Amino acid sequence: MAFRGMQSFSTMAEEKKLFKVTIDNIPVEVEPGTTILNAARKIGGDVVPPAMCYYSKLQGSGGKCRTCLVKVSKGSDADPRPMPKLVASCRTTVMDGMEVANITSPEVLDARKGVVEFLLLNHPLDCPVCDQAGECDLQDLSYEHGTEATRYEFKRRTFEKIDIGDHIKLHMTRCILCYRCVFTADQLTNKREHGVLNRGEASEIGTYIKNSLDNDFIGNVIDVCPVGALTDRTARFKNRVWFLKPVDAHRDCDKCCGKTVLWMRGDEVFRVTARKDKYGEVEEFICDTCRFEKKEAKDWVVEGPRKVSRHSVISQGHYVGVHKPHETIREVMSGRDPKLLMNIHSVSEVNQPSVDLSKIDGPAHSTDFPKINGVQ
Amino acid sequence: MGRKLLLDKAHIEGIRYYDVYRKNGGYAAAEKVLKNMSPDQVTEEVKKSGLRGRGGAGFPTGLKWSFLAKPEGVPRYLVCNADESEPGTFKDRYLMEFLPHLLIEGLLISSFALGANRTYIYIRGEYAWIPDILEEAIKDAHKNGWLGKNIQGSGFDLDIYVQRGAGAYICGEETALIESLEGKRGNPRIKPPFPAVKGLWQCPTVVNNVETLAAVVPIINIGGDEYAKIGIGKSTGTKLISACGNLNKPGVYEIDMTISVEEFIYSEEYCGGIPDGKRLKACIPGGSSVPILPANLLLKTAKGEQRMMTYESLNDGGFPTGSMMGSGGFIVLDEDQCVVRHTLSLARFYHHESCGQCSPCREGTGWMKRVLQNIENGKGKMSDIDLLWDIQRKIEGNTICPLGDAAAWPVAAAIRHFRDEFEWHVNNPEEAQRHNFGLAHYADPLPVVAAAAAV
Repeated sequence: MAFRGMQSFSTMAEEKKLFKVTIDNIPVEVEPGTTILNAARKIGGDVVPPAMCYYSKLQGSGGKCRTCLVKVSKGSDADPRPMPKLVASCRTTVMDGMEVANITSPEVLDARKGVVEFLLLNHPLDCPVCDQAGECDLQDLSYEHGTEATRYEFKRRTFEKIDIGDHIKLHMTRCILCYRCVFTADQLTNKREHGVLNRGEASEIGTYIKNSLDNDFIGNVIDVCPVGALTDRTARFKNRVWFLKPVDAHRDCDKCCGKTVLWMRGDEVFRVTARKDKYGEVEEFICDTCRFEKKEAKDWVVEGPRKVSRHSVISQGHYVGVHKPHETIREVMSGRDPKLLMNIHSVSEVNQPSVDLSKIDGPAHSTDFPKINGVQ
Repeated sequence: MGRKLLLDKAHIEGIRYYDVYRKNGGYAAAEKVLKNMSPDQVTEEVKKSGLRGRGGAGFPTGLKWSFLAKPEGVPRYLVCNADESEPGTFKDRYLMEFLPHLLIEGLLISSFALGANRTYIYIRGEYAWIPDILEEAIKDAHKNGWLGKNIQGSGFDLDIYVQRGAGAYICGEETALIESLEGKRGNPRIKPPFPAVKGLWQCPTVVNNVETLAAVVPIINIGGDEYAKIGIGKSTGTKLISACGNLNKPGVYEIDMTISVEEFIYSEEYCGGIPDGKRLKACIPGGSSVPILPANLLLKTAKGEQRMMTYESLNDGGFPTGSMMGSGGFIVLDEDQCVVRHTLSLARFYHHESCGQCSPCREGTGWMKRVLQNIENGKGKMSDIDLLWDIQRKIEGNTICPLGDAAAWPVAAAIRHFRDEFEWHVNNPEEAQRHNFGLAHYADPLPVVAAAAAV
């Protein structure tokens, strides 16, 4: 009886209706309740909106930085009206038949440019002396979406650097107020001791009053910080990330999973962090013992080199004489970026949606496709 | 003489106290509702009346009430938004100071309609003396059996609590208000879910303005249909306007929405014109967040029709040539006022009040303020005006809550209608320190095409 109950449950789960969403003309099917951002991540590539404050592992995060704004050009099949404003894709759930424009909408790109400008307005741009440089989300974001110069002519806001706890340095001047560290402390530790103080432009992350953050998991705030506002005091100014070799390693830990990345040079471990995926989110949170106290290679079982995106500065520092490939597509497409030509079906003469490949016996031949322009 | 429904008894001595209020027909509506009506009938009556939210957005109240989710076993809440902090608006203060029982009666009827047994009045911290008035009135209502358990034998329970804010404009935004009421930092929530589904303590909640809830009392008294007969089109009933600025008789006026803007400013019954024989330069008709209008567009719409004090007529022409009714904070500027300086003080306000949660508003409001400060202090550049336009464009619509829009609109409208004054400030920095730009050509209506092209 129990078995039958389980069976019916599993068939029900299989039959659960998926929502069909189109993002930048690319269709994808996702479960109801998925956000636009996660649907875009399912497609991957250039259609994924950048996210500075959203963190899939932290409940309630997102919606604040506004870099992931997208245009919903069709609400759903049931209600096809477009949404009046750009929406934060990280907090807006999909509807069946929704059509979303991200990089194909000039309005979105313009708004995003504005948001990047706002985020950089009071940022000190001290990348040359910042430990986060090379693995900084804000750096990547501004390279991709920002402008080369600022129009801000006023004094930028500054704060004193403070040590919050023995291992963590808070440099509030660099903070973009994503609230990720607040959510992390709230959800990973029993007692959150830091939060956002003050209001508006004067808001700051702080402990009230000058508490130190001392907790087994508080080090994770360093990993979730998208900029260099929270840094590891045991690794500050020791080395640049692109001079270090990241290796996957693990150890038996009674507090956490023990799976980390060691940032090494020779046999020396400079820094221990959690493993991050391609969106800069940690795979699993690690404890402070692993992060701050195990700084010798003999503490760890090294698994092998960490895969780093080839676009990252971390993997590029080791090579000399790299030739940049010649960009032909942009030349022949009158300056348009290849990624803006997304609706491949409308230009492709093979793989047309009207022809179902699974209905064709054996390998498909050109004769299986209808003639186009009289040419076979 | 316009019909008065809210303030008709405000002049009676001692109306603040229960006995006088009751003797003058108070709590008659509540009696009628508790004895003869069902909650749905009350909602239906409010729907029929066409009452629109008086807090600023003008959303139909009956419709808002009908959106309230009603799951079994989950309490529902009514929250009265008395966090009246919009510069230029002081109508709720008048209501609460002089007619606290009217608000309590409105709350009682609305709570009954919504099925809320616990109702909160969230009042702004700066109104330091009003919570005492309200609490005294609540105590009296308790004593006379209008609050508490089994009100007037109807089986309906209601308790009203007064909660003071700590002086943040953002807490007038309904989700920030709810956060603050829960004892958290007053940051607006990201919607959806809307408060009607998940509001106070994750329960269905309706947040209404003081004036909206007070207006429920006359609606029940005279009936929704009768109420809907007052006013023009979808602007039904009476509206409190708090008039201030360069006026002979500033103050809170109750208007039925049938008079023109010109009549409101110049007639003896209302504001009595502009002092010292000066001429009208500009006006913000609905509280600081709505677009400013020059005199020509204020008195007549771009189509040349007379502009009326109604939701539709004030909005005629949209952003290019119109404005909004907003919260009814009517700010009048005469020919000696400087629009640049005025815009700066609004920008300074929004900079100060931004909660800092989302980046466009947190960073953009401060930037606008500083650029405006430069222009006002004679350090501006011509490119600054376009820069301001670009900043406001990138804030508007891209923020979590409407504060970003509210910060952007006044700047946008000021540049749209008074660009020559900004340019004069930039070109004559020294002269601009000594005297004002004056009236210029605003007395003459702009050609429609030119006004629309300035968007």
